Amino acid sequence: MDFSLNEEQEMLRKMARDFLTDQCPKSLVREMAKDERGYPPELWKNMAGLGWMGLAFPERYGGSGGSFLDLTVLLEEAGRACLPGPFFSTVVLGGLTILEAGNEEQKQELLTKVSKGELLFTLALTEPGASNESSTIAVKAIPDNNNYIINGTKLFVPDAHIADYIICVARTTEGISLFLVDAKSSGIESTVLKTIDGNKQCELIFTNVKVPKKEVLGELGHGWAAVEKVLERAKIAKCADMVGISQQALEMAVDYAKQRVQFGVPIGSFEVIQHYCADMAIDVDGSRFITYDAAWRLSEGISCAKEVAIAKAWVSEACQRVVSQAIHIFASIGMSEDHDMPLYFKRAKAAELAFGSSEPQHELVAQEIGL
Amino acid sequence: MDFQFTKEQEQFRKEIDDFLEREIQKDTFQVKVDAWVTERSKEFSKKVAQKGWIGMTWPKDYGGQGRSYIDRLILTEEMLRYGAPTADYWIGDRQIGPALIAYGSEEQKGEFLPRIIKGEISFALGMSEPEAGCDLASLTTLAVAEDDEYIINGQKVWTSGAADAEYIYLVLRTNPNVPRHRGISEFIIDLKTPGIDVRPLESMTGSREWTEVFFSDCRVPKTCLVGKVDQGWYQIASQLDYERAGIERLMANYPLSVNIIKYAKETKLDGKKLSDEPWVRYKLADLTIKFEVGRLLIYRVAWVLSEGKVPNIEAAIAKAFGTKFEAELANTATLICGPYGQLMPDSKWAPLNGWAASSYLWSPGYSVQGGTTEILKNVLAMRGLGLPRS
Repeated sequence: MDFSLNEEQEMLRKMARDFLTDQCPKSLVREMAKDERGYPPELWKNMAGLGWMGLAFPERYGGSGGSFLDLTVLLEEAGRACLPGPFFSTVVLGGLTILEAGNEEQKQELLTKVSKGELLFTLALTEPGASNESSTIAVKAIPDNNNYIINGTKLFVPDAHIADYIICVARTTEGISLFLVDAKSSGIESTVLKTIDGNKQCELIFTNVKVPKKEVLGELGHGWAAVEKVLERAKIAKCADMVGISQQALEMAVDYAKQRVQFGVPIGSFEVIQHYCADMAIDVDGSRFITYDAAWRLSEGISCAKEVAIAKAWVSEACQRVVSQAIHIFASIGMSEDHDMPLYFKRAKAAELAFGSSEPQHELVAQEIGL
Repeated sequence: MDFQFTKEQEQFRKEIDDFLEREIQKDTFQVKVDAWVTERSKEFSKKVAQKGWIGMTWPKDYGGQGRSYIDRLILTEEMLRYGAPTADYWIGDRQIGPALIAYGSEEQKGEFLPRIIKGEISFALGMSEPEAGCDLASLTTLAVAEDDEYIINGQKVWTSGAADAEYIYLVLRTNPNVPRHRGISEFIIDLKTPGIDVRPLESMTGSREWTEVFFSDCRVPKTCLVGKVDQGWYQIASQLDYERAGIERLMANYPLSVNIIKYAKETKLDGKKLSDEPWVRYKLADLTIKFEVGRLLIYRVAWVLSEGKVPNIEAAIAKAFGTKFEAELANTATLICGPYGQLMPDSKWAPLNGWAASSYLWSPGYSVQGGTTEILKNVLAMRGLGLPRS
């Protein structure tokens, strides 16, 4: 057992933190929340230059052959910096799905470009009035000569407005299948939803969208197995994001408690504030280990449905407690729009709600323990 | 990060489980909750000793096995999972041995370590006093040096196991005329020494494990002093980290955890299985989630120890989290059992051997023993996060 990051991971973490401190200031985060595209292409290029997009892809696809655990380190730093943009959607929802389900040609062509930062991807999974269950997928793909014709509505598709390709989860006669849809295809109507933190999630309406048959990802009718794996990684990626959010919120609150003077003393000398901070620190540590334990299992290919549900359940709740407590320690100033705390408070809610909050994860855990 | 157990560690776990299964079959013990505090058995201690499992992390020079803290955690985890009667040797193995190895004289090591390792002797912990609880450094039980002896006068309270143990480990004031942290010393004395009066206290659990211990002109040889005179406070600090660090802070009532899940699956209420009730499913899942988080926090402590570091902050975090879980487990079990959750172990109709009710009565103590949650959070806030002293 080893509860520490290895040397390369420590280096990666330090590099990411320095880079994001320099290139992703909070002014940029605020700007991007209001920006139509929601990400600065310049920053994206620089991230690609550091090898972030290809970190978890094999070298033969232009990646650096890192593990999902390595990627988790990066995702934690992204959360800590409130990094805006399509890193999660392109790498976790897009790239890892292609790596999981794609054929050799697709992997070679697409992942190489993702690694270089040349293509943006996303996954269209959720539908109106449905959670992420295979039985609820109603978007249909019907064969027509050399094409499939897709019809239906997807919701909460991250960064679909800027994506080059959308991996669409659709129902075919064989079952659930994945389609690699060119985002510029005619018949796709994309509307960016107004989210709590300005992250870009879209409604996608597919009206007779033609997709060439060769753009099926993986085997027809076998798409759901890939989706389940993507969901596990996506949940842990969101956990890593929340670990970064929590860590930063804790540090900000502790620093403030040391400096803020009331009744002639720093408020951090009051036992009640000390205990708030201690509770936050316990939550941050627990969140980190339960997340990295699941990330390690995913990296090692050990089945971990239970561990993933446990992590998403716990970290979602713990992160909410931490950001709420932190904002409370700052009091009113922590709610000011030009303060950094609201960025974390908002991002925490978006991450909590992504791929199921604590409550539905509890039901998955209940099933895993045989109830 | 790597959360894998080695093949050897997996085999070791299996060896422990096989041993415990056999002992249960032989009726050496019955599975109980809170057994690491209440269930004493010299017979069982000796069997564990024969396996080389007491003092297993101690250096070979002192009769130990020089094994890792992760190994010891695996061992204690399985002992608690099976609710084995470990109370008699637990304290000696956990903290008296390590304290003697760190601070004891060669004579003391020679006198005590081999007997702890053989499972022959047991220790009570004499720390709290009527006026010294969380503020332990305010203790007043006095040891005055006279020729080759110390004369002890005063009182300890909430002293676990003094009615059954052979020895008592004591924290005493040896110099009342210096700043309070600098006048405290540690002792180990024979409980049969004249001048000691042990009076069991009945707790609300019905257990008589806690005692009051009175000292009236109790004369002990100077060789009972452990470490340096007046330096006890500084010696205790790291011992408390051992006391706080273990998985008994998460799994004291573990048999309840497995069995309440089983109970929910097998029990019907109004014709419907309890495990089909949404609130029951939620509560049991919630316990599972918290247990897994706590388990990692406690394995982290063992990992810190195995890196040769003192797990001060890490132990505080693990104990604060773990004991909260234990109390929640007990409470949740009573709720799931409904009116049956109040039935005590000997009652007709008592589900789960009455463990829910009895563990519930123990539960306020989990977050008190070995440093209250509030003291642990003070440690974490000031030493861990660097917040200013209040």
